[in-house]
Amino acid sequence: MAKKPLPKAELDKICKQLRRDIMTMLVKAGSGHAGGSLGSVEIIATLYWNIMNFDPANPRWDERDYFILSKGHVCPAQYAVLGNLGFFPKDELWTLRKLGSILQGHPHWLKTPGLEASTGSLGQGLSIANGIAMALKRDGKPNRVFCLMGDGEQDEGQIWEAGMTAAHYKLDNVCGIVDRNYLQIDGNTEDVMGLDTLSDKWRAFNWNVIECDGHDVDALTDAYNQAIATKGKPTIIIARTTKGKGVSFIENQVDWHGKAPNQEQYEKAMAELAD
Amino acid sequence: MKVEKEMHLVEDLHQPQEKPTRDGYGDGLLFLCETNPNVVVLDADLAKSTRTVWVRDKYPERFIDMGISEQDMLGTAGGLSLGGKIPFVSTYGVFVAGRAWDQIRTTVCYGGLNVKIGGAHGGISVGPDGATHQSLEEIPLMRVLPGMTVIAPTDCHETKKATLWAAEYTGPVYLRFGREAVPIITTEKTPFTVGKAETYRQGDDCAIVACGTLVWLALLASDELEKEGIQCRVINNHTIKPIDKKTLAKAARECGCMVTAEEHSIFGGLGGAVAEVICQEHPVPLRIIGIEDRFGESGEPWELMEEFGMSKDNIKKKVKEVLKMKKK
Repeated sequence: MAKKPLPKAELDKICKQLRRDIMTMLVKAGSGHAGGSLGSVEIIATLYWNIMNFDPANPRWDERDYFILSKGHVCPAQYAVLGNLGFFPKDELWTLRKLGSILQGHPHWLKTPGLEASTGSLGQGLSIANGIAMALKRDGKPNRVFCLMGDGEQDEGQIWEAGMTAAHYKLDNVCGIVDRNYLQIDGNTEDVMGLDTLSDKWRAFNWNVIECDGHDVDALTDAYNQAIATKGKPTIIIARTTKGKGVSFIENQVDWHGKAPNQEQYEKAMAELAD
Repeated sequence: MKVEKEMHLVEDLHQPQEKPTRDGYGDGLLFLCETNPNVVVLDADLAKSTRTVWVRDKYPERFIDMGISEQDMLGTAGGLSLGGKIPFVSTYGVFVAGRAWDQIRTTVCYGGLNVKIGGAHGGISVGPDGATHQSLEEIPLMRVLPGMTVIAPTDCHETKKATLWAAEYTGPVYLRFGREAVPIITTEKTPFTVGKAETYRQGDDCAIVACGTLVWLALLASDELEKEGIQCRVINNHTIKPIDKKTLAKAARECGCMVTAEEHSIFGGLGGAVAEVICQEHPVPLRIIGIEDRFGESGEPWELMEEFGMSKDNIKKKVKEVLKMKKK
């Protein structure tokens, strides 16, 4: 069943809150991945608020849609979403990466309500998404599966194996998203291991390809709805993003891939992210 | 031949019938497709070799060909299990335990997923295809993973029983089986409980702990050693993880020395697993029979078995060596 999308201004406001939560989680943890977490906020938030069916009180609800975070290192963004939606008490967010926390440094579904798989070793999520999608189709269920990947993650061979599988088995209940920020740990993706033209690659793999602004919640909502309407083939959304979006000194800075703010940087970031 | 009656082994252990263990896997899968609606079978373009082609032909709706992409196959199986299915993935041991190890580690075992792995072509007896296809390393690769069960059955009956058990059990399982026709030594009535080593022959001079075809060779060796006045206990240790500490410690205590035998590297396999138990529970002299620190090579299966020390005579030799150590 289709959800009624939130007005853009309202969802943008939620995204700002999520960014503040991410910065607070990271400063309290003292480590974590700031850049990708900030950059993927709209991609994940739009899915949860405007597209997917789920029940925070019953994370294993039979009729839920599935979200697999293949780029597991940006889990603070998904944790913030789950905490704000009530999958667990929001205060749990401040235990990120601490011993005994339900929020591991990379996603572990056996510990965190609302996660569907354990990820963090890059390249594995799309295969998992395909398997879930196959099981759903075999059971004649309408649930959908979404999978967020990094652009650097596209270097992994398994992604392209999974790309062939989803097209071969016509898994039109699968929608992949590539967080296309052009940065990976060692630098610009085109310098480290050229990916462009990424959309042509996915088209050649027989996927329906949509490109959009990965920070525009309306554009993302449209893209997701197009994916849902597309039959007979899986859809990939190449979402153009700015790594570190929302915090000026983190934006587009490759060194902020796997870094948390210190207190001073945190306060500066929170000032920039104020309503 | 002197064996324990309640083990219900075949009568003629000197001239047993032969069948590949992989046939037991294929038979097991056919039975499961007939009886368990959740079972699905995945293969990576080796359906004929792994015997999953039997499923493809009879229950095509249960068969998913993944093409030559083992890593994707493991992840897809993980997803299918999350969707409530019981996936059996099948390919050669080298290509699954080696190539897809990280997928087995992180997606399957860390995720606690209900994925069953059929690792075909284990051991040197793969034969002429040579070292690239002879898997000698799966046991340590798999048993190091938390939550993984590792079973190396002795013959086709036992492989079928292990396959059926895997579908009933919730959690990741690795089944190791081979290519070549090997002696059928057990029967339908032979006891098989995962996690329990079975004593096929009693004896108190030396314990021989084996898995796979080496169980049969150990029985032959024991029969000849008996004529020399040496009474060996022969234990079929099919489940390498979780290992049967109780039976192994008892054998160490009562026999005072031990030989392990497996068609696998001497590093970290059955021998390593047994050594971990014995050294900590009841240390006794121990010899490990397996492939020494080298890769396999091309040749005829039984020719290679002989060349690499997988023989009755080598077992006899090692038993005598370890008996000398015991007497010191």
